[in-house]
Amino acid sequence: MTVDALEPRSFSRRDVLKASGAGIAALMIGFTWIPKRTLAALGAGATAELVPNAFVRIGADESVTVIAKHLEMGQGCYTGLATILAEELDADWARVRVESAPADAKRYANLVFKTMQGTGGSSAMANSWQQLREAGASARALLITAAAKQWHVPISELRAERGVIYHESSQRQATFGSLVKVAAALPLPTQVALKDPRQFTLIGSRPPRVDVPAKCDGTAQFSLDVAMPDLLVALLARAPQFGATVVSFDAAAAQAVPGVVKVVQVPRGVAVLAKSFWAAKKGRDKLVIHWDDAHAEKRDSAQIMDEYRKLANEPATSARRTGDPARALQSAAKTLSATFEFPYLAHAPMEPLDCVVKLTAQRCDIWAGDQFQTIDQMNAAKTAGLEPAQVFINTLYAGGSFGRRANAFSDYIVEAVSIAKAYGADGTPIKLQWTREDDVRGGLYRPMYFHKLEAGLDAHRELTSWRHVIVGQSIMADTIMAAMIKDGIDPTSVEGAATIAYDIPHVSVDLATTKTGVPVLWWRVVGSSHTTFAVETFMDQVAHAAGKDPFEFRRKLLANEPRMKAVLELAAEKAGWSAAPLPKGKGRGIAVAEAFKTFVAQVVEVTIEESGRVKVDRVVCAVDCGVAINPDVITAQMEGGIGFGLGAVLWGNVTLEKGRVQQSNFNDYRVLRMNEMPKVEVYIVPSAEAPTGVGEPGVAPIGPALANAIFSATGKRVEVLPLARSGLA
Amino acid sequence: MATTFVLNDKPITLDVDADMPLLWAVREAAGLHGTKFGCGMALCGACTVHLNGKPIRSCITPVSSVQGKEVRTIEGLSSKPGRAVQAAWIELQVPQCGYCQSGQIMSATALLEGTKSPTDADIDAAMSGNICRCATYQRIRAAIHRAAGLLDAPSAETPRAAGAGS
Amino acid sequence: MKRPRLLLWSVTAIVIVCGAVAAYVVVGPGPMGFSGRTHVGLNEYSGPNPTGAPDELKSAALIAQGEYLARAADCMVCHTAKGGIPFAGGRPFVLPFGTIYSTNITPDTETGIGRYTDQDFLNAVQRGIARDGTRLYPAMPFASYTWMSDRDVLAIKAYVFSLTPVHAPAQANTLGFPFNQRYLMALWSAFFNPDKRFEPATDRSAAWNRGAYLVEALGHCGECHTPRNLGMALDNRRKFAGAVQAGWRAYNITPDRSAGIGEWSDAELAHYLSMGHTAGRGTASGPMGEAIDESLSHLTAGDISAMVTYLRTVPAHTSPDLPALRTQPASPSFADDRSRNLLGKAVYAGACVGCHGWSGISPSLSTATLTGTRAINDPKAMNVAQVIIGGGQRHAADSSIYMPDFGSYSDDEIASVANYVTERFGAQGSKLTARDIEKMRAAD
Repeated sequence: MTVDALEPRSFSRRDVLKASGAGIAALMIGFTWIPKRTLAALGAGATAELVPNAFVRIGADESVTVIAKHLEMGQGCYTGLATILAEELDADWARVRVESAPADAKRYANLVFKTMQGTGGSSAMANSWQQLREAGASARALLITAAAKQWHVPISELRAERGVIYHESSQRQATFGSLVKVAAALPLPTQVALKDPRQFTLIGSRPPRVDVPAKCDGTAQFSLDVAMPDLLVALLARAPQFGATVVSFDAAAAQAVPGVVKVVQVPRGVAVLAKSFWAAKKGRDKLVIHWDDAHAEKRDSAQIMDEYRKLANEPATSARRTGDPARALQSAAKTLSATFEFPYLAHAPMEPLDCVVKLTAQRCDIWAGDQFQTIDQMNAAKTAGLEPAQVFINTLYAGGSFGRRANAFSDYIVEAVSIAKAYGADGTPIKLQWTREDDVRGGLYRPMYFHKLEAGLDAHRELTSWRHVIVGQSIMADTIMAAMIKDGIDPTSVEGAATIAYDIPHVSVDLATTKTGVPVLWWRVVGSSHTTFAVETFMDQVAHAAGKDPFEFRRKLLANEPRMKAVLELAAEKAGWSAAPLPKGKGRGIAVAEAFKTFVAQVVEVTIEESGRVKVDRVVCAVDCGVAINPDVITAQMEGGIGFGLGAVLWGNVTLEKGRVQQSNFNDYRVLRMNEMPKVEVYIVPSAEAPTGVGEPGVAPIGPALANAIFSATGKRVEVLPLARSGLA
Repeated sequence: MATTFVLNDKPITLDVDADMPLLWAVREAAGLHGTKFGCGMALCGACTVHLNGKPIRSCITPVSSVQGKEVRTIEGLSSKPGRAVQAAWIELQVPQCGYCQSGQIMSATALLEGTKSPTDADIDAAMSGNICRCATYQRIRAAIHRAAGLLDAPSAETPRAAGAGS
Repeated sequence: MKRPRLLLWSVTAIVIVCGAVAAYVVVGPGPMGFSGRTHVGLNEYSGPNPTGAPDELKSAALIAQGEYLARAADCMVCHTAKGGIPFAGGRPFVLPFGTIYSTNITPDTETGIGRYTDQDFLNAVQRGIARDGTRLYPAMPFASYTWMSDRDVLAIKAYVFSLTPVHAPAQANTLGFPFNQRYLMALWSAFFNPDKRFEPATDRSAAWNRGAYLVEALGHCGECHTPRNLGMALDNRRKFAGAVQAGWRAYNITPDRSAGIGEWSDAELAHYLSMGHTAGRGTASGPMGEAIDESLSHLTAGDISAMVTYLRTVPAHTSPDLPALRTQPASPSFADDRSRNLLGKAVYAGACVGCHGWSGISPSLSTATLTGTRAINDPKAMNVAQVIIGGGQRHAADSSIYMPDFGSYSDDEIASVANYVTERFGAQGSKLTARDIEKMRAAD
């Protein structure tokens, strides 16, 4: 009997499920999947397990294994997903562990993405909420029914609590594990009752993260850590300009490096395969490659911005039109305008891209911190000349991603598969590693954007008109996601701008989509990473022009948006916001945003030093993400999003000179360090609404709140990012 | 060329190029993966290990230079301060993606091995070489204070790193 | 005294004083004036020929010898723009009175030196006169190259003429009046170019003479390391006592034990010249780093040794502004820090400590050790700031030395961290300001 598609996952270090000699019946609840292994008789003496659906396994040894379809890249989703299921299951949290799901869109699609398995858009909790509640409740129902059967008592007299079923009146109890065999033989319930939220014991509490202990003792496994006999390390020499191609190369010196096994050319460049990283790196350093830049992007980033600046004055495609903003502006009592420049930004996760590929003529096995399983499966299959069903992905932890590992080109996966193919597809495990320089220079940046805004106030100093023009590349265009572009508008270019909730009678948002040779991608919080900055700093300017306090001004405009208004008020309250002036050299700014249906507001306090440098002292953050599944994780994600966004606003800048990226490592692509992190306070709005994500939204308001704080201290507006360009950082 | 040194209290001889950074010797030749690669240029601290008790960046330390010395990685963390750090890290739920945390823990342990009650300024000085892209800095700081508190506790019991599923 | 007579006396006095000063300046010693020995013409010298290619290349083709000599004279570095084609010119020299650009010395007939006869080439290199008679600025160190033998100059010519011609017109210089009046260089040359070929000393060793030739005629070390007089020529009264070039400090290389290299052993000095670094002494950076990479590291061990022999004999001079080197490392703990330079410490703790450590002795890389290096013990901290701004890379044969650049940091941060490291690891902290860094960057 062969074990099915669930290959051993390196981090779980367990063999695939075993079943008792009697076999285990397949159990389904509304899912069209029958776990093959449970149908088979596997060796005697194996531990029995209850596998009621694709998302959980309960062992006779009391273990509760939640199968997570999303990537754990730090945002805490393994814990969140497990919490949802364990809540309805009434499991003992101490027994819960999480495994990654295989690549299988039929069972594990992200319901927001519809047919694709993948993680992004802060959607893990939102799309799993109902699904996992049902999965957990269903398993619980089986166990209760099993106990009822065993004790000959009505189901209604039983209750489950922390992995144990209780019958109070007869003072009997049975652990989940002891009921697994009986439960496995029962038919799946067709309907399950979900808990009343007032009964939640795990959701809303702070169950400790399932991945934390292993991340504290060096045992948590990342792609970099996969080790196998005969594994070769591959480093790929890529074009110095995007779009350049290899003309010829001389590998003689590279091949002479001891430890180098082979040098192969692949579509994306020339790869050196060696027995160790060090040999591969020395080998790659000795490659001599001639590139053809005929079709490469050869401009300076400053030139590209110049072109964007011009395009902002030309007609563009409408993303939103409410009322007649052009006319309203003409008749406004007071008008004001502003422009903003946003640079290319790198994701720079702590773990540079890497993966392991084992390729033969029949199958392709991949180990990676995989964020886009279905797309990666597809692209890997195409590269290898296989069917997607022949591609098996073992999803490990990712050392951060911020969106980088989720791209329609599956760039690093395709590279590794193409290298394995060029090497001979003989089953040799090949570990592709990117260096930090590869990462900073490897493209797929948050695009550059230019924004132009105009606003009009009427005689009563009310905001009546708002015009916003955005110029920049489309992330979706020329990818398989292009179908999401409607009427010429890539939603990721205008989210946070076209969707502003402020009550303004005349609004227009227009988009001029550009093309450059620089590959671009969603970066944490995507469109809101620039739109919210433009909207919230300009709104601040408008408030100032109206002679109003920036908090009060926004609050009034959000009268019809109770959730957004509430986070704004909570942040202001906790920050002690008042109209009273601050001492000299101090500043305070506020910003509010909605991203992926989560509402976040932040107040930033700064000190301006004698040299003009800005020191960020304190950030007060209020967030409404619906049901707070794990308040500690939510707090951590806000803290993290703030630190991430802050570094980008202070220094984040990928520049090109004649098409070559000028940055390379953390010396010139600067990121936030411990001694630059402000004090952060996070306040969560209690809510019973369906849960929404927190991985990204914290990033949106930090930039504008900081810019507004700088204005309050210095009277100077920030119009160009990063702040380092103006000597403020 | 072979380098002989003590790795996590056990003597080891690695037959690798003399100029191979200790990071790769430890990871690939010795098979210890807890120490990570983040930049290769001593800018991020993910590769931090202890050399004769002091924190160093193993990505720029040639393995030949540790001949005859003592190297300690996250896998060999056994001192009281080290275990207090791990316990505090778990208690305060510090890690997010976790990739930088081996380095953070090694740097924090070295700090506490040398300084009983580090101030925030001490923490800044000792820890700012360790980058965290998930920005868990606030929690790292709190956990170092907590670990100092655990070490200071009247009961001399060594804190055990406990957590779900362990 | 009547006014006209007073005027006459005053003017006379001024003229006499100026004349005396001028005479003092002009009639300064030559680069080997210190040696106090008997120097004879090469033809009269009975010892081994100190000019030409080293023994290892004595039977090589002329072009190969010329290539070696061109390396020793370091022609390529000045005559190549950053990222440009070697020898095709275009490197800017930012001087107080404007910027001049090096010219194309590939054998292109239109924009290079393709039409130069042997005599033209000799005139250019030894006299600073171009083929069409225009005068070269002494940024082209013809007052040093003049000591080269005709044979060596023509060997170099044979080498550059073997290169592929490159079409690269000279970039226009931006000098203001009167410095753009090239004919004034004729006056300068008259005063300051001896227009003599090398004259070996009869009672110095063969190694000394070879070393002298390499240092003075080919390596032209004085052009950077000797301060200039009022006429912007080398003031050999303070030969090798140090000077500032293009924002970098070329240090005192006299045998002075405090300010110079008197404490260095011969082996240390030879290692530094051929590898670009010596443990406990420092790493060559900036223009000297280039000189090592492109010139000195290509010389034979015998030639390097000869240069060391010669350098040992120049008179010692002090550099009053340089404190004695501090060899005591700082505390290995960050906590022992009385510095009030919080910004400098913050930058150091983040970006620098990983390589350089807290004590100044790097726990990982001997080439990253700061303790005991000249640059760290220089309260002007010019080189420290430059290395922080631009990083550095040496392609030494025995190691790969690389420091990333931190130019993305603010002027304030760079000044602060330079002040921090000189204070923490050196004898005396510097006091650089953000404005100093701004000026340094503008000049780069």
